Amino acid sequence: MHEVGITQSIVEIAERSARDQGAERVLSVTVEIGALSGVLADAVEFCFEACTGGTFLEGAALLVHRIPGKGKCGDCGAEMELDPYTFACATCGAFALEVLQGNELRVTEMEVD
Amino acid sequence: MCTDCGCSSPEHHSHDHEHPHGEGHSHDHPKTLRIEEDLLAKNNRLAADNRARFAANRLLVLNLVSSPGSGKTSLLERTLSDLQPAWSFAVLEGDQQTSNDAERIGATGAPVKQINTGAGCHLDAHMVGHGVEPFDLEKTDILLIENVGNLVCPASFDLGEDHKVAVLSVTEGEDKPLKYPQMFRAANVLLINKIDLLPYLDFDLEKCRGFARRVNPELRIFEVSCKTGEGMAAWYAWLEEGARRKKPERGKRDAGRESQSISISKI
Repeated sequence: MHEVGITQSIVEIAERSARDQGAERVLSVTVEIGALSGVLADAVEFCFEACTGGTFLEGAALLVHRIPGKGKCGDCGAEMELDPYTFACATCGAFALEVLQGNELRVTEMEVD
Repeated sequence: MCTDCGCSSPEHHSHDHEHPHGEGHSHDHPKTLRIEEDLLAKNNRLAADNRARFAANRLLVLNLVSSPGSGKTSLLERTLSDLQPAWSFAVLEGDQQTSNDAERIGATGAPVKQINTGAGCHLDAHMVGHGVEPFDLEKTDILLIENVGNLVCPASFDLGEDHKVAVLSVTEGEDKPLKYPQMFRAANVLLINKIDLLPYLDFDLEKCRGFARRVNPELRIFEVSCKTGEGMAAWYAWLEEGARRKKPERGKRDAGRESQSISISKI
């Protein structure tokens, strides 16, 4: 459950950004979670309420954008969808896959009051 | 007060601000802020601080990761017994609870510090930054960090190490790399441990190597038994080569050391 630590980072980043803007309440926070990031979006959503109690984010909405994985074969150059359990290029079978997208793990936007 | 990370004490991050919800703050219209901040940014920043500190002291730093019971601690005990005092080690031991591992490592004479993560499932860069405080890094050649036994979470947290070393024992399934690809992808080195047990198991070594390379074609694989010493020479050679790259002036002194390691494995 490293998602608890990840969710606490969301709270830390959002509180700091809100304070910088002179705001005292966060109404919503938007995060991007890539399919290859090793973090389960569902688990972040699950512990969000517990992690936000008593903070600027209490009662805030969590909006999660799930970013699908995308990769490119180092051998034949084919591009393909990737999940954490894809090991071989769907076209030529090579194992050297370069990740183009899916490692995202960031706060992108928030609404403050 | 910690100057590196700004925390007030190693284990405690409290909210020191007030929460004046609904206490007459102005009711301007809500506004939207663009942030674009990585959720691991703080860990990555602290890991970069650790890495800079390790580089300044020319340390080789390894982060050992595996499931519980793969033999990480036994592997370290044997490595320390065989390579000390030619090389100076320091060891960080990560476990949820107890200082049992630190006691075992301490018995080899190596400086060791136990980090108990409590409910935590992994070590992070902050714990490691404070964990190495008691060590004399200037006089250390190799820092070994034994992570919490867990093949999932430690994959996401950079500690400032040079290499993640995954340990897999032959009493586990040979398809572990396929089941936990994130970790085997994050590692540079794989130690397949307890090979002395192969005659009693159905473990297919060739298959395991194939699965591991499928997940990570660059993975360097050593097959070892820290009980009999089989295969340990190749692991030591890799370790010493890495440490020598950090401290080239050590090359001469350790040339004789390598042959000694090889003879150990033949016992």
